[in-house]
Amino acid sequence: MLKEKKQQQQSLHKRHSELAMANNQLEKLSNGIFANGELPTFSEKIKESNQFPLRPKKLEILQINVGYMCNQVCEHCHVDAGPDRKEIMTRETMMQCLEVIRNTGAHTLDLTGGAPEMNPDFRWFVDEASKAGIQDFIVRSNLTIIRANKKYYDLPEFFKNHNVHVVSSMPHWTRGKTDKQRGEGVFDLSIKALQELNAVGYGMPDSDLRLDLVYNPSGAFLPGDQASMEKDFKKALLDDFGIHFHSLFAITNLPISRFLDYLIASENYEDYMYSLVEAYNPAAVNNVMCRNTISVSWDGYLYDCDFNQMLELKVASKIQHVSEYNEDILNDRKIIISQHCYGCTAGAGSSCQGAVTD
Amino acid sequence: MASQNYYDPADLKKFGKISDWSKELGDKFFDYYGKVFEEGALTAREKSLIALAVAHTEMCPYCIDAYSQDGLQRGITKEEMMEAIHVGAAIKSGATLVHGVMMMNKVNKLEM
Repeated sequence: MLKEKKQQQQSLHKRHSELAMANNQLEKLSNGIFANGELPTFSEKIKESNQFPLRPKKLEILQINVGYMCNQVCEHCHVDAGPDRKEIMTRETMMQCLEVIRNTGAHTLDLTGGAPEMNPDFRWFVDEASKAGIQDFIVRSNLTIIRANKKYYDLPEFFKNHNVHVVSSMPHWTRGKTDKQRGEGVFDLSIKALQELNAVGYGMPDSDLRLDLVYNPSGAFLPGDQASMEKDFKKALLDDFGIHFHSLFAITNLPISRFLDYLIASENYEDYMYSLVEAYNPAAVNNVMCRNTISVSWDGYLYDCDFNQMLELKVASKIQHVSEYNEDILNDRKIIISQHCYGCTAGAGSSCQGAVTD
Repeated sequence: MASQNYYDPADLKKFGKISDWSKELGDKFFDYYGKVFEEGALTAREKSLIALAVAHTEMCPYCIDAYSQDGLQRGITKEEMMEAIHVGAAIKSGATLVHGVMMMNKVNKLEM
């Protein structure tokens, strides 16, 4: 039991798990029920509605992953992030990113990780990036980082001073469900961090300081209706803790990395894939995030989305690195797909901005 | 019969097939079913909890499978789900016990 507990606090990489290798994940996603014809592959499915090959629309979001290091080891993490991950974006790569940020046609800049705040150059990068005048500047903060160490206590003020849009994970409004997914004590720290964000104006009604929450299911099931969940979250967080926030993004867990590991270990993998395929919504394919997003990894490589980044599937373009970035050439590419993509097309669809259909 | 069990979890996925042999009635049932569970005077969340309680009193494994999952998807907590089942159980046992009055009436009528 103790060994199991300890293992859960380590990334798949640290545990030398087979699933730490992207190839093994892709193999799992292509074999079994998808190889024997029980379920259609994602490409077969989108061919039915004439949506193959999947191609980008206008670039709207530039998402930059500044490193896989994190203070938490969430059970469902698709990044396999944790304190033991050492992949961190260097200032040199950040400078290349800044060049892109200054010239991009995208209206949204989205910084993610790991815990992006743990990158030693994070504040410098935010400071520089905020000068580019991008309309919507998102930092994905896991909340507990704000309370993790004294050096992070002023993050709410720092975010405010740079007019950053904070997007944070909160799997449930109850302690039990939150701690089960994200680790012991995460709920209380998250509540405290949300209260501190509220205190500087984040998430308050009529405030321009945007605070949105991300909900993803704590188990092998799909998220419910985003609008109803938002209503429930708002009521519970306000009644119980006096917390305000703006929107809730309901995100489906994609069957990769630690969530894939969980699905296999709990013998839920096949049923989960069935649920995803059954909930396939062709309307969601029109708006999947890979069609309006470019994802940049800690080492500057370019991907169709953060999930493809974790599966080490670089963009199918002659431009593959931020140092040679060219939006026109990049936009003329085919998006790389596999069965994990069903996670973004189930039900109302799912993206880093939540549901993609009404 | 290929299956060695009366109940097979895979059969739940085939529920829609009942329309194959009686399309009009099947379609009408599924339209009705879908409509019942839409938001109305009761929320879809409340309806899910009622369905879960009834699933248990009806002892329908398919329904228990479906509405346990539905509850999780709606963010319904374990405590809420278990309380709903107790409501079903209380009515079920109450329904048994209230018939005790019938027994008492009968006995009182027959006994000298």
